[in-house]
Amino acid sequence: MIKKRSDLKTIVIGMILIAVLAVISVGLEGVAKNVKGLSIMMAVMKKGTVYALLAVSMNLLNGFTGLFSLGQAGFMLVGAYTYAILSIPVAKRAGVYQYYDGGIVNFSIPEIFSGFLGDTIGPVVGMLLTLLICGVLAAFLGWLIGLPALRLKSDYLAIATLGFAEIIRTFIQYESFAPLTNGSNTLRQYPTFKHLYPYVIVVGLCILFIVLLVNSTYGRAFKAIRDDEIAAEAMGIDLAKHKMLAFVTSSFFAGLGGGLMAMYMSSVQAKGFTSAMTYEILLMVVIGGIGSISGSIIAAFLFIGCSEWWLRFLDDSANNIAGMKLLAPGFRMVVFSVVIMIIVLFFRRGIMGDKELPDLFKRRGKKAGKEAVGE
Amino acid sequence: MLKIENLHVNYGGIQALRGISLEVPDGKIVTLIGANGAGKSTTLRTITGLVKAASGSVKLDGEELLGKSIDKIIATGIAMSPEGRRVFPDMTVLENLKIGAYLRRNKAEIEQDIQWVYSLFPRLEERSWQVAGTLSGGEQQMLAVGRALMSRPKLLLLDEPSLGLAPLVVQDIFNIIREINRQGVTVLLIEQNANMALKIADLAYVLETGNITMSGTGAELLADERVKEAYLGKQN
Repeated sequence: MIKKRSDLKTIVIGMILIAVLAVISVGLEGVAKNVKGLSIMMAVMKKGTVYALLAVSMNLLNGFTGLFSLGQAGFMLVGAYTYAILSIPVAKRAGVYQYYDGGIVNFSIPEIFSGFLGDTIGPVVGMLLTLLICGVLAAFLGWLIGLPALRLKSDYLAIATLGFAEIIRTFIQYESFAPLTNGSNTLRQYPTFKHLYPYVIVVGLCILFIVLLVNSTYGRAFKAIRDDEIAAEAMGIDLAKHKMLAFVTSSFFAGLGGGLMAMYMSSVQAKGFTSAMTYEILLMVVIGGIGSISGSIIAAFLFIGCSEWWLRFLDDSANNIAGMKLLAPGFRMVVFSVVIMIIVLFFRRGIMGDKELPDLFKRRGKKAGKEAVGE
Repeated sequence: MLKIENLHVNYGGIQALRGISLEVPDGKIVTLIGANGAGKSTTLRTITGLVKAASGSVKLDGEELLGKSIDKIIATGIAMSPEGRRVFPDMTVLENLKIGAYLRRNKAEIEQDIQWVYSLFPRLEERSWQVAGTLSGGEQQMLAVGRALMSRPKLLLLDEPSLGLAPLVVQDIFNIIREINRQGVTVLLIEQNANMALKIADLAYVLETGNITMSGTGAELLADERVKEAYLGKQN
């Protein structure tokens, strides 16, 4: 995949950007520690980062390949549970799986790695490896589901994937699997990333990979399938293969994102991974612009910032308007819905349309260039 | 070059082709004319593998194409510009052309062929960064033909290139088809605009409800009374 010089440029710029963002996030953390009321900002940044990956992975499928899939929450659930099950420290398993004699898994990947890599690097390597396993398992499941489901088109595919996501959720809560999944009880006490920067780095690398994929020949084939399946087929593009590739890749990053989500939430329960979660991510994709990676990232942060932070004051019933007790807990969601409606009304194609951030600068540059030539 | 023998195709429960045989000689323009629903598009779709045949044979330079997958068929040197143009509307002109070269790997050759297509269609070069959906009908047709040429075909299949275009634009397109043929690409052209098609064709076949009813050189059919009556409209 990495042959072109433009790819090399993307990688270099991407790496530098990730490094800069990581440094900024370390700085932000330092500031937030000392300023009162900013601790929520760090939580928003972490959640926003995780959702950015989830939105981009969904955009790869829904925006670039034109496959309307609603299975995101299911794959995230697989990722989150995989992460939790494989990384809870052995000593704490008895407490977590209190109804099931400590469960049937009695190892912890981060602990195994700290065994021979030391206590500083070992757990980190183990956690990253576990995240990778989350992705691989979700991708495998994506492949299995894709075999029958990808024969369907548009709305039917959405219904089928939505159904599969619900099936996954029910399966995990099934009593017979409880020694593995802890049934409908929460999984907790697994190791997490304490700081913001590891999230930024992991998510940054994943998104960089997706950007390279989208810009490659595969990416062009995805877009061709989205635009016109029959014409794409007539060009010699193998529809089944490329749809599966997009589906599996998207599942992989949804699973990995699910693992990160588990870390952010510090406890997971299957009950929380409902289709409403998928809709939230879909909303980010639509608001950001279907077919725009930078749009999805921006929308993820705006969405999380809006729903978790900036509108918080609306929930505080102490803030009265003209002496009336209008504001009550939950009121922010009302305002939030209105904000979303306004955005959708005025930005029909999302904030970015199908453009990327660098395009905005390029366009201007090209015009200037043409004028110079005398056009 | 292309030899179709006794081809039967069932399409959506009806017999679309009832045993047609035709030949496309090397370096010629061959046209297949006929009314709506005669089976013209089905013939092309069967050649490219988009539709499966019931029986018969389709051979390119002696190599059987039936039963092969689409990408294999394209790799043997066949490209199609589909009916209704079907350019990729949200992609730029350049991206559309690159998709046409999807099965090729040699970057330098692809670049060379992009220049070749631009020399055939200078309008496309002017609009190379424009999104294909915003092109005019004629430009989209040029793009569809250019995109098909990007796989460096020996045989170019054109399905209704005049569909929905102004007469002047149709004239342009047909001139370019002739030029492409002059540069060594064999052309199989399907048309409802029988007048235009017969004028540039070396060989022509008339297809009626799944059967080939007439064949001859373009000039012969153009002069034929029955063809005149059914497809050209009686003039004078």
